[in-house]
Amino acid sequence: MRSIQELEAIRESTLENMTLRKEHNGTRIVVGMATCGIAAGARGVLTAFMEELAERKLIHVALTQMGCIGMCHLEPIVEVHQPGHETVTYVKVTPDMARRIVREHIEGGSPIEEYTLSHYRAK
Amino acid sequence: MEYYRSQVLICTGTGCSSSNSPAIIKRFEECIRNAGLENEIKVVRTGCFGLCENGPICIVYPEGAFYSHIKVDDVERIVSEHLVKGRVVADLLYKKSVTEDGKIRSLEEIDFYKKQKRVALRNCGVIDPENINEYIAFDGYKALAKALTEMSRDDVIDVILKSGLRGRGGAGFPTGLKWKFAKAPESDVKYVCCNADEGDPGAFMDRSVLEGDPHSVLEAMAIAGYAIGSQQGYIYVRAEYPIAVKRLRIAIDQAREAGLLGKDIFGTGFNFDIDLRLGSGAFVCGEETALMTSIEGCRGEPRPRPPFPAIKGLFGKPTILNNVETLANVCQIILNGPEWFASMGTEKSKGTKVFALGGKINNTGLVEIPMGTTLREIIYDIGGGIPNGKKFKAAQTGGPSGGCIPAEHLDIPIDYDNLIAIGSMMGSGGMIVMDEDNCMVNIAKFFLEFTVDESCGKCPPCRIGTRRMLEILDRITHGKGEDGDIEKLEKLAKNIKASALCGLGQTAPNPVLSTLRYFRDEYEAHIYEKRCPAGVCKALLSYAIDPEKCRGCSLCARNCPAGAISGQVRSPFVIDNKKCIKCGACEASCKFGAIVKR
Repeated sequence: MRSIQELEAIRESTLENMTLRKEHNGTRIVVGMATCGIAAGARGVLTAFMEELAERKLIHVALTQMGCIGMCHLEPIVEVHQPGHETVTYVKVTPDMARRIVREHIEGGSPIEEYTLSHYRAK
Repeated sequence: MEYYRSQVLICTGTGCSSSNSPAIIKRFEECIRNAGLENEIKVVRTGCFGLCENGPICIVYPEGAFYSHIKVDDVERIVSEHLVKGRVVADLLYKKSVTEDGKIRSLEEIDFYKKQKRVALRNCGVIDPENINEYIAFDGYKALAKALTEMSRDDVIDVILKSGLRGRGGAGFPTGLKWKFAKAPESDVKYVCCNADEGDPGAFMDRSVLEGDPHSVLEAMAIAGYAIGSQQGYIYVRAEYPIAVKRLRIAIDQAREAGLLGKDIFGTGFNFDIDLRLGSGAFVCGEETALMTSIEGCRGEPRPRPPFPAIKGLFGKPTILNNVETLANVCQIILNGPEWFASMGTEKSKGTKVFALGGKINNTGLVEIPMGTTLREIIYDIGGGIPNGKKFKAAQTGGPSGGCIPAEHLDIPIDYDNLIAIGSMMGSGGMIVMDEDNCMVNIAKFFLEFTVDESCGKCPPCRIGTRRMLEILDRITHGKGEDGDIEKLEKLAKNIKASALCGLGQTAPNPVLSTLRYFRDEYEAHIYEKRCPAGVCKALLSYAIDPEKCRGCSLCARNCPAGAISGQVRSPFVIDNKKCIKCGACEASCKFGAIVKR
């Protein structure tokens, strides 16, 4: 090791992969991964979220799954929990929508109204 | 960048490894691969989480789900339910990590962890000890960088002095003072030694640090080397700690490769390297002069001090010896400052102490508490109390050099000086809890047997004196104690303490003295009434059959290996005490509870 900068670079890049092990109280994306969700393509949605989060280095966002919440016809369902904000529920999510949710909602801070459950119901 | 949505942390310390965690890890990797999740979920091998009683332990993040007592067969369910579908497998969770309404508690909210403060163990169970980058991620080698680039050698020693850190190996000598003494002499060569020859029965603090966070010891040794002007360190570790040895080897190799050990560290011109020396398990080699003699390649025997190692140590050169846990505190002190460290603990004992809880306690495991925590908090709040509703009798600290703390001292704040005042000592941190079923004379005998076995034989007080004491104890527990035995024990103890060559001999009588101090009545019952109050010493027991309860089934007579039981079927049987060998086989076989032990 020649310099402290070198040490710091290792520290930062490794830490990115370890934040998950600290207590989590930030943004959480939850994907419905019961049988209904998986059948409707939730797997691809989850992967899309992972890729997009990794690409944008949004390491503080936790990505978890949940079981069936009883609206199987609207799967894949995705919930976004943010402290201090109301939970946003997206329905019939596709991988492309997932990427847009990361860009505009998680990173940009504005939920995408047209994908939400309330918008779907109002239709 | 790698992104994993979930990480599975599995303990690979000695405790969990011996209950099959390597096979569990293999199964996890298999199942994760079969489910096609290998790019989403990472399996991390960590050090000890502390709750060894509940091992093998596995924690799944981001949920923080704490699975305990896992078996290889449970893994598939955790993967298919939790990792694939996101449904935590509730029945496999550690019960105390779940709230009444089924929510997962964070680690800090679990009783076992609530009162703990993890400084020396900060990375154990958090990082992968075989990956230097994970250590660096949690500020590893930052303290070394700070010491080398921002601090003078005197600054480093000053910080350690001010922090109040005292040796965690047992004696409690101020670490900063030791470093100061070793810096003073002019010498072309000096050495830094790490004493990892943990040998107290029931103690496994140092092993867990080496297994869970080996780099913290390497980094601290390099800092010590800088402070005293040494370029070479040795870690003297027991060969019986194969996992610790393996991880140390990996850690040293990785540190060398990263240039954190070797020549010109951080471009400052400072050189430091570390080598391992394996000990074959002789207890006396934990004594500093014997340890150095062993590193030199000679038979591990102590020598008189002075000269102290700081003046004339390993290979005749100025040397410091620090215990593993002491070193594990050093980097945190350099990074956070001496005031931070001194803010924890009591007036004369700063910081935290790691204890290995064992014996009659619910949560067997590793705990780290601020100095000044009471024994009651350790045993009841953290340790979860005594199993089977039994009553607490005593806690043994300090191993064969320490003593027993009785119930009347449960509320004493634990620190170096308080423990000495009540006739025990801090020791390296083994804490063995005893309940009403333990015979204190027998406990004293157990520890003395240990020191008699481990005495190196160099000085007569220890070689002969401890043996004479053991013979007296042996007589007492066999019902052949005589009037005057207690006084003889006390006289021998006093003389051995005053005249033995090294710490092993000087402290060997402590278990006898402290049990005599608090449990003299038990000694007297053995000697004068030929009775063992706890019902442990076999020679003082007699078995009898309660004629009221006996149905005359003859099962006991058929199970008795000595043919000591006779009688007519369907009428009460009797035991012939002359033939009885007190094996307890009758008691175990009787279906009616008719065998009475007196």
